[in-house]
Amino acid sequence: MWEFPLFPDSASTFAPKVDALYIGLMIVSAAFTFAFCFFVLFFAVKYRRGSKADRSNIRDSSPLAEAIYITVPTLIGIGLFMWGAIIYFELVSPPGDSIEIYVTGKQWMWKAQHPEGSSEINELHIPAGKPVRLIMTSEDVIHSYYIPDFRAKQDVLPGRYTSMWFHPTKVGRFRLFCTEYCGTEHSRMGGWVTVMEPAAYEAWLEGSSETTGLAAEGEALFRQYHCSGCHGANSTVKAPPLEGVFGGPVPLLNDPKDPQSGSKIIVADERYVRDSILRPMEEVVAGYEPLMPSFAGQIPEDDLLKLVSYIKSIGRGRQTRTLTDRGMSEGEGAASNITDFMGGTSANGGTN
Amino acid sequence: MGYLGADYTIKSWLLTTDHKRIGLLYMISITVFFLLGGAAATLLRLELMTPRGDVFGSPDDYNRSFTIHGVFMVFFFLIPGVPAVLGNFLIPLMIGARDLAFPRLNLMSWYIYMIGGLFTLYALVAGGVDTGWTFYTPYSTMFSNTQVIAAALGIFIVGFSSILTALNFIVTIHTMRAPGMTWLRLPLFIWAHYATSLIIVLGTPVLAITIILVAVERLFKVGIFDPAYGGDPLLFQHLFWFYSHPAVYIMILPSFGVISEIVTAFARKKIFGYSFMAGALLAIAVLGFLVWGHHMFVSSQSMYAGMIFSVLSFLVAVPSGIKVFNWTATLYKGSVSFKTPMLYALGFIGLFTIGGLTGLVLSTMATDVHVHDTYFVVAHFHYIMVGGMVMAYLGGLHFWWPKITGRMYSEFWGALSALTVFIGFNLTFFPQFLLGYIGMPRRYYEYPEEYQVLNVMSSAGASVLAVGYMMPLIYLMISLKVGKIAGPNPWAASGLEWETSSPPPTHNFLDTKIVTSGPYDYELQEFADMQREVQEQGIV
Ligand code: HEM
Ligand SMILES: [Cu+2]
Repeated sequence: MWEFPLFPDSASTFAPKVDALYIGLMIVSAAFTFAFCFFVLFFAVKYRRGSKADRSNIRDSSPLAEAIYITVPTLIGIGLFMWGAIIYFELVSPPGDSIEIYVTGKQWMWKAQHPEGSSEINELHIPAGKPVRLIMTSEDVIHSYYIPDFRAKQDVLPGRYTSMWFHPTKVGRFRLFCTEYCGTEHSRMGGWVTVMEPAAYEAWLEGSSETTGLAAEGEALFRQYHCSGCHGANSTVKAPPLEGVFGGPVPLLNDPKDPQSGSKIIVADERYVRDSILRPMEEVVAGYEPLMPSFAGQIPEDDLLKLVSYIKSIGRGRQTRTLTDRGMSEGEGAASNITDFMGGTSANGGTN
Repeated sequence: MGYLGADYTIKSWLLTTDHKRIGLLYMISITVFFLLGGAAATLLRLELMTPRGDVFGSPDDYNRSFTIHGVFMVFFFLIPGVPAVLGNFLIPLMIGARDLAFPRLNLMSWYIYMIGGLFTLYALVAGGVDTGWTFYTPYSTMFSNTQVIAAALGIFIVGFSSILTALNFIVTIHTMRAPGMTWLRLPLFIWAHYATSLIIVLGTPVLAITIILVAVERLFKVGIFDPAYGGDPLLFQHLFWFYSHPAVYIMILPSFGVISEIVTAFARKKIFGYSFMAGALLAIAVLGFLVWGHHMFVSSQSMYAGMIFSVLSFLVAVPSGIKVFNWTATLYKGSVSFKTPMLYALGFIGLFTIGGLTGLVLSTMATDVHVHDTYFVVAHFHYIMVGGMVMAYLGGLHFWWPKITGRMYSEFWGALSALTVFIGFNLTFFPQFLLGYIGMPRRYYEYPEEYQVLNVMSSAGASVLAVGYMMPLIYLMISLKVGKIAGPNPWAASGLEWETSSPPPTHNFLDTKIVTSGPYDYELQEFADMQREVQEQGIV
């Protein structure tokens, strides 16, 4: 208890990079702080009242000095910004082969659901040496998923998916916190992330799955909520079939209410699937009538995740990048990029 | 006895339109809120001595305490602090005016402030608020069971007090300057208040609108922020930080003005780079409106938006840097003495520098992801706001105390308090940087054991800090009775406020001031003499 670590454990591929940047920033900051302190004290003492120091040629301004004050910090600032931006870019770009786990936050616990079917509360079991991507949502207020030893954090919002990823490098137990204040038990909303050897992880998955997997459960729900009535193979209603949709391009009507309005292309990702279930009128596939009813308020988050997982399983293999919530999907129309720019409001804009 | 002795009745204070008396009314009120906020902070630091909850009965009480601490400190102390007390008292004196442009509006601003304060106090006694001073939605609108509306209404009301004061300052500075007091002859204190007033007038209405939206959603369940009703929770954060980031500059720009006055007076030298100092104030006021998204790097804001906010945050640090560079250069070849106000000012420069530079860790996206919403952020903004604004406020209070009251305080106790505050401050908040980087989240009632040592250090430092803050309260009061008579200009400082008696007469000046030179013409008076002396000695 009486030791002072300056850094948390270094347990992901981000940790050494973020720490190096932090040390770089600290060196710059310390250099400036010591320089200021030195000069302030040195001048204050040397030119204390009554001292005989030379005071000839006093100047009260110097454009050259001001130019240096402006350019040097600006250049250092731009350099630090770029260093930070490069790492940040990595922080928000999950590799295509990540393990994908669904996380739901609610006052005051974290639930994780593995695609194979096991779920856990305030724990997360993952294998070492593989990238992991979390697809997260909240059932009530804003929370934030934070693993200091991984240097990874992402807010978890109600009503939309956000995602984060990391690549654990070290086997062990690491603390998990909620870092967005969320009410009474905020400080107790946390637990542990357990990083295991891959073989141990496989064994753990086997041992803890009571079900056949998220996608399979989703398939059952797909019938139970009567989605298959319209989207199924032999339905009479004209609705788009969902095989091969996920991960591929989808043409959407520019104006959902007007079939003649022309179309734009987006990439079907988790956000798109989720919004299509809850707010089907906002993004209508070109060539179809806006007939689908909204399921908002009828499907709990857990079931939504399973449905998304099922639609993903019948999609086109693994897509590389699906971070529309970061404004990063490649094929997005210009209009939605603008709303994304202001905080991904497209995932949530408007009312239903 | 000047304006103080003009009349002794309570009524003559409560109905006064004299900007100096109103400044004193504010001084008393913000001190009360500072003490209330400080009491809450004491409880928080006591609770955090141990990893488990023990001081408070429940996490809810802890949550209410940090909320009320933040609300009182930010909205009722830091924001009005320097402008409403020192600005009110000094702006007319410094520009050679009789009063502010709208004296009765000025009195009304104080009443509005008090009504806002009473609402918030009501929220406190009626059960408190537990949303944090940031009122994030949908927690504040749909989930919290506490007095959100009353507290928010208090903040809404006090906002109008700020707006009216700012308008009053802007009009006064435009229209009431003494003959010859051109824009480039204004003391930097005036420039700082001008820039601050612009931010207040442009930013505060956005806060007012945001509060109304919160109230509407909370009362009528109209979906604005809660996605369950079709709203967008991030909309709140954009609106809130659009005001609250500029608000951090509302808190610090007036302090820049105070420090510029003190440094020049005790270095006996014109400020270095006057026009750049004024320009930097305006640049901060403008750029400060463009960086709000740096509070939202992990909120799921788009990556490209994040990049723009990040680079602009680095740019806003540049004018802040200019200020520190130029204060340092002002000391060069000056004639520096270390009276209490100067000790506070030097402390300000040190703490503000640390606060500003750690801001770089937060503006850099990759490091902010790790330290956002941890104690690192808590340490950063305390260095800026408490290390900065409070040091400047106390420095200014000691500098102009003789002008305000006509009395000198004990220099010994003054120096001791400046030193105690500086040391106590660093002991309290430096450990929090370390705590934040190793991962302790903010707003935690309980925490893992590995964080205890640093928390105990921080709490111990806080007790030193508390002593430092109590000292001026005592010796300044004592000085009212036994202090030496100050005379009009005890520091031999330049500036119109020193050309009238201490305390000034109700009408401020007996004659009309005519200004013929820029501010801070110290070297004109004595440097030539001193230099001649040195040279003569060299010849002998
Ligand atoms: C010198 C340039 C500065 C830079 C580059 C800077 C940067 C930042 C950044 C990026 C954050 C967000 C951190 C996060 O939440 O993750 C932040 C937080 C904050 N800053 Fe600064 N800052 C600077 C100066 C100031 C000043 C002058 C003030 C106040 C007078 C201030 C007060 C605050 C406050 C109050 C917060 C946190 C608010 C909260 O979350 O409750 N900063 N700063
Ligand atoms: Cu939470």
